[in-house]
Amino acid sequence: MTPASRRLVEIVLTIAAPLLLIASWEALSRSGTIDRRLWPPPSTLWGTTVELLRDGSLLTDVRVSLGRILVGFVLGAVPAIMFGLAMGLFWPVRAFLMPIATVIYAIPKIAIAPLVLIVFGTGETSKYVVVGLSIFFLVLLNTMAGVLAIDRSYRDVARNFGAGPLDLFLSVALPGALPSIFTGLRLGLGFALVVIVGTEFIDADQGIGRFIYQSYSILAINKMFVGLLVTGLMGWLLNAAIGVLERLVIPWKVAG
Amino acid sequence: MGRPIAGSLGPVQGLSLAPARPLSPVRRRAPGASVNVVDVGRRFEGATGPVDAIAHVHLSVAPGEFCVIVGPSGCGKTTLLRIVAGLEAATSGRVDVSGDAGRPRNAMVFQGRSVFPWLTVRQNVGYGLKLRGVPRRERERRADALLATVGLARFARSYPHQLSEGMRQRVAIARALAVDPDLLLMDEPFGALDEQTRLLLQEELLRIWENTGTTVLFVTHSIDEAMVLADRIVVMGAQPGTVKAVLPVPFSRPRALTDVRSDAAFAPLFAQIWGMLREEVLASRADIRQVRA
Repeated sequence: MTPASRRLVEIVLTIAAPLLLIASWEALSRSGTIDRRLWPPPSTLWGTTVELLRDGSLLTDVRVSLGRILVGFVLGAVPAIMFGLAMGLFWPVRAFLMPIATVIYAIPKIAIAPLVLIVFGTGETSKYVVVGLSIFFLVLLNTMAGVLAIDRSYRDVARNFGAGPLDLFLSVALPGALPSIFTGLRLGLGFALVVIVGTEFIDADQGIGRFIYQSYSILAINKMFVGLLVTGLMGWLLNAAIGVLERLVIPWKVAG
Repeated sequence: MGRPIAGSLGPVQGLSLAPARPLSPVRRRAPGASVNVVDVGRRFEGATGPVDAIAHVHLSVAPGEFCVIVGPSGCGKTTLLRIVAGLEAATSGRVDVSGDAGRPRNAMVFQGRSVFPWLTVRQNVGYGLKLRGVPRRERERRADALLATVGLARFARSYPHQLSEGMRQRVAIARALAVDPDLLLMDEPFGALDEQTRLLLQEELLRIWENTGTTVLFVTHSIDEAMVLADRIVVMGAQPGTVKAVLPVPFSRPRALTDVRSDAAFAPLFAQIWGMLREEVLASRADIRQVRA
C-alpha cells in the first residue's frame, strides 16, 4: 500500500467511526429498539443545539467555565513551576516539601471542592482555587521530575562558564524541564475540566457543569446530551491550545 | 602557521571582566595559562571504605602547550581534569592555574552530550559570553565568526538536534573558544565520533590551536590521538590514578596528520606508550577477575 492510499484509508476510517455510531444510534432510536426517552435520535439534538445557541445561555455557560479554568490554571501553574524548579535543583527543598506534595497529590481534587467552598465561599474565588489546586500538584511534581532528568553535563557546562544559582535556574533548569512541565500542564488541563464540572454540580449559578446538572434535574435529556457534547469539545479545544503553546515555547523539541 | 582565518574582530566593548583585552575569535595576544598540579589526590568514600581516584599527581603545563593525558578507563583522568576546571575539589594537594593578568579562565569541552538542546547553535556558542554580560550583538558577531572557523556558519539558527554528532562537538569547541580561555580543557571530546569525523576534527583543532596559542589540557584513551595532538603526553596509571610517565612528542609543528603517521618516530613511541598502558589494563582486568571469583 502506498503512503498516499494508506493516508486515504486512514481518513475514511477516522470519519467512518463517529458517522457509524450516530447512524446506528439514530436507527435504533427511531425504530424503538432503544428507549427514545433516554436515547433521543441525534437528529433531534441538532434542533436543541440551535435553540440553545440562539438564546445565548449555552455560550455564556461555556465562557464562564473556560474563564474559571484559565484563571485557575494560571494561578496553579505559575507557582507550581517555580516550586517544582526549586525542588528539582535543591535537595533540601525537595526533602522538605516532598511528603506534603505526594500526599496532597494523591487526594482526588474533587473531594477537596466542598472544603474549598466552605473556606472561600460560593463566589468565583472558590472555583479558581479548586482548578488551581487540581493543576498545582501535577505540574509541581512533573516540573521537579523534569529538572531531575536533565543531564548532569548541562549543569557542569553552565558552572564551568561561571553560572550562579539564578543562571542555573533560568538557563538550565527551566528550559531543560519545559517538555516535562508541558506534560504536567496538559494533564492538568484535563483534570481542571473534570474538577470544574464537578464543582459546578455542587454549587454554581453558571457554567457548563451547572447546565448539565440543571438539565438532569428537570430530565431535559436532549439538553444534557448537548451539554456533554460541548464539554467534550471544550476538552478538545483546551488540548489543542496547549499544543499550540507548546510548539511556540519549545521550538527545539524533536517532533514525534 | 596554519591557514589565515577570516572574520577577525576588533576589541569588545562592555566586556567587564577583561576591559583592556582584545577578543579576536582565534588570534590572541595573550599567552595561555600555565598549570601546576602539586601532589593532588581525590578520595571518595565508597561502600567498602575510602577509594582514591587519583593520588599524588604532579603535573606542570607550560603556557601555550598542548598537553594530552592518556590512560586506561578508570584511571581518574577525567577527575583530574574536573579538579583543574574547578568543578570538583581535590581532597589533597593544590592546583595553580596562572593566567593572563592574574585572571585564570578555563573553558571545558565535555565528553558526550553538552550542547544545550534548547538553544540554537549561535546561542550555544554565545552562552559563556552571555553569562559574562557581553551585549547580544557583540555575542552574535563573535559566535558567527567562530562558527565560520569551525565550518558551521550556515547552521547558526539551527537547533542541535538538527545536527550530526560531529557538528555538535564543533559547536561545543566553538562555545569554549568563544570566551577566549587561557586554558582549554577537553575531556575525550571526540570519543563518541566515528573515525573519519574524528580525524577531521583533530585536524581542525590543531589548526585552531596553532592560531590561538591557548594552553590545552586534553584527555583521551586513544594513544594515536594523543600522539597526533600533543607536545607532551602524560601517561596515567590506575588504582589509584597517578602519573606514570611524561613523554615529549617529537613531531614538528604545524602538523599534518598524515605526516605524523608516516614519521619514523611514530611506531616506537606508540609501542612505548602501549607498553606502559598494557600493564595497567591487564592489572585492572586481573582485579575484575578476583572480584568475580
